[in-house]
Amino acid sequence: MAHVVLTRNLAQFTGGESELELDAANIRQLLGQLAARYPRLEPHLAEGLAVAIDGEIFQDAWLEPIPPGSEVHIIPRIAGG
Amino acid sequence: MATVLKTDTPAPQSPHALKWVGTRPIRPDGVDKVTGRAKFGADLILSGMLVGKVLRSPHPHARIRSIDTSKAEALPGVKAVVTHDDFHDLPSEFVPAGEMLVNYRDMVRNVMAREKALYEGHPVAAVAATSAQIARQALKLIEVDYEPLPHVIDVVEAMRDDAPVLHDDLFTAGVEPPPTKPSNVAKRVEFAIGDTEAGFAEADLVVERTFDTKPVHQGYIEPHACVASVSEDGQAELWCSTQGQFLVRSHCAKLLGMDISAIRVTASEIGGGFGGKTVVYLEPLAMALARKSHHPVKMVMSRDEVFQASGPTSGANVWVKIGATRHGRITAAEAVLKYQAGAFQGGPIQPGCMAAFAPYDLANVKVVGFDVVSNRPKVAAYRAPGAPISEFAVECVIDELAKELEIDPIEFRLENAAKEGTRAAYGPKFGPIGLIDTLRKIKESEHYRTPLGPNQGRGIASGFWFNIGGETSASINVNEDGTVTLMAGTPDIGGSRASSCLMAAEALGIDYDKVRPIIADTSSLGYTFLTGGSRATFSNGLAVNEAAQQVIKEMCARAARFWEIPADAVTWEDGMAKPAGANAGDFEPLSFAELAKMAGKTGGPIGGHAHLNAQGAGPSFGTHLVDLEVDQETGRVTILRYTVAQDAGKAVHPAYVEGQYQGGAVQGIGWALNEEYIYGPDGRLQNPGFLDYRMPVASDVPMIDTVIVEVANPRHPFGVRGVGETPIVPPMAAIANAMEQATGIRFTELPMSPPKVLKALEAANGAG
Repeated sequence: MAHVVLTRNLAQFTGGESELELDAANIRQLLGQLAARYPRLEPHLAEGLAVAIDGEIFQDAWLEPIPPGSEVHIIPRIAGG
Repeated sequence: MATVLKTDTPAPQSPHALKWVGTRPIRPDGVDKVTGRAKFGADLILSGMLVGKVLRSPHPHARIRSIDTSKAEALPGVKAVVTHDDFHDLPSEFVPAGEMLVNYRDMVRNVMAREKALYEGHPVAAVAATSAQIARQALKLIEVDYEPLPHVIDVVEAMRDDAPVLHDDLFTAGVEPPPTKPSNVAKRVEFAIGDTEAGFAEADLVVERTFDTKPVHQGYIEPHACVASVSEDGQAELWCSTQGQFLVRSHCAKLLGMDISAIRVTASEIGGGFGGKTVVYLEPLAMALARKSHHPVKMVMSRDEVFQASGPTSGANVWVKIGATRHGRITAAEAVLKYQAGAFQGGPIQPGCMAAFAPYDLANVKVVGFDVVSNRPKVAAYRAPGAPISEFAVECVIDELAKELEIDPIEFRLENAAKEGTRAAYGPKFGPIGLIDTLRKIKESEHYRTPLGPNQGRGIASGFWFNIGGETSASINVNEDGTVTLMAGTPDIGGSRASSCLMAAEALGIDYDKVRPIIADTSSLGYTFLTGGSRATFSNGLAVNEAAQQVIKEMCARAARFWEIPADAVTWEDGMAKPAGANAGDFEPLSFAELAKMAGKTGGPIGGHAHLNAQGAGPSFGTHLVDLEVDQETGRVTILRYTVAQDAGKAVHPAYVEGQYQGGAVQGIGWALNEEYIYGPDGRLQNPGFLDYRMPVASDVPMIDTVIVEVANPRHPFGVRGVGETPIVPPMAAIANAMEQATGIRFTELPMSPPKVLKALEAANGAG
């Protein structure tokens, strides 16, 4: 199981739940499970997010494995200038 | 002269000493640039080429009732005129581009106004004619029936309930329940950890301040320029000044309803971008005109147009509150950020919020941000988008706390500094980072110990940027003489050609001058995300290394076949294939050049081609130190001395890294002391030129001293971190902190230009 943390913005769509445990093998599965659990969250998961797994930030990395016991943060996408 | 500090953290590359990475060879583009041979966006001339010009709204906010182009079309020499009718409306669809997510429905309206003109300079029509003179005449013949509307520019004004509303269908996102009335607030975001109320209750001292910053432009010396050519069968070629030719291709395909494969985009040599050339302005217009006229069309922005109609960064209003114990430990921090997005939503509010307190190890943080539209050009990325504004405010309050508590400002920061394992205010924990190293190097510097004179002040500030990776392709093709052509997809805005060649030479074991780089067009290389986010050297390094390993593997395989031994009996060392041991056979090593020469006879051309989505970019922290002097009679501020210490992970080409540090610092100096968009009450920009939009030139600033700290990024073969953006983050606060020391006045408004400084000095002296 991974410990998943959402920003307060996203927690608006989960009834305030900002921390939860999910069993997902990779980022794509994780996002799918979040969308299935919180249908109101789904449109916001498609809008450009990054996923940090144990501190390392991944963007557009659907197939990145999520090791059991990881701390996962869903944060806004980062780019730059 | 730069100082390179190595920490105890080992770099992850191979055990032998690096031969090329870390050296300072001549840049591959240097001769072309100093001789004028380099081909920039406006330099291309094609047979039959027309000149394109844009008609722009004179109103900051107006409904467009009608546009009559008939007289312009009838003018001899005019070959095409386009308006919004030539672009299909697009549904709302967010795609990542540049700093922000962009929405195609907004993009099609930004490149060519539809229902409304939303800022002075907003394109309303465009013409292509046989000469610039005829094109300008044609613009005057286009009749636009405007209904001027009330406008709003300032971010706080735009948030008022009674502010003119730009978009009737914009309802604030991120608020529950969703509002029923449209407003100019596109989005509310919030980041928080811990309990700030409890944290403030523990504080012995709480400081809160409100800051205002004005919008500033990236100030690239080369205006936007492009040449488009569309054949009768719908195949298009586009040459443009851009940070991302693949993104230009995607956007133009979408906006013009074309297949992506029908468009070939070449990035011309670029005269600065800094994030401002990660979007499209002229390109879709030039393509539409070229398609309609059946001629190539060149379009080049004037400097006025660059200021009026390309994307600057946000102006902002920022409130910060920080509490600390008497021993200097921060107990809680809060901020509210209000950022202009320009005419369409999507400013850098989220990264601004996330970066605000990033240099600090905090248990209780809350940052709220608002993305606010107003009647000025849509903001574009500018070097660490959002972070300079928020970190300016935070670093000023940090300094004020340190002063009130009578703690050295560096010691205060060291007490609270983020380090490996610190949970960032936006959630995840940091890996190895170099903030503390930069603070210590500044503290130990001779600069920090130099005495100051009258009316002089010293200030420091730290800063941060996340850095990114992203989709990156690279190809290494081995030529028959043993030289190598390296194809990269990232336009070179800060030395990535040189750094890519250095990393390729290192990985292959050949000389740097045997590696020649080109920036490939979109039809010649796999998809590559734009140059931005401080990603080019980091991402290219990963791709180049992978491509080089493919070349090495094939070289070894050829040697094995040549020697008639198994492939695993061959090893690669110092650019040569060698038998792996005595048992493999007694063969003379084969050099890279020898294997290249025989490639045709041993299986064909040799190359390596990498396509990846680079992950693992490490953040870069920096600390700046500035001394300045204030002229009490004029309010003019002179920068006396400036030192940048920043973590590069590994400086592949130290001179380029130093250049990034210096360039970012100078842009920050301009942002702090002079630069601002000045609007009249009519909503029109009063200073759309470099004379009145005053950026620092070489004579305005001293040599910027640099200290390169190297805390290796464990996710990169050479330990590289991006460096391009962090240097613009600390300067404004460092300068404001120095101003406070020099004058006793805490300036909370940028820029601290001479009239404002003088007024504040006079008020202080009058009050005294």
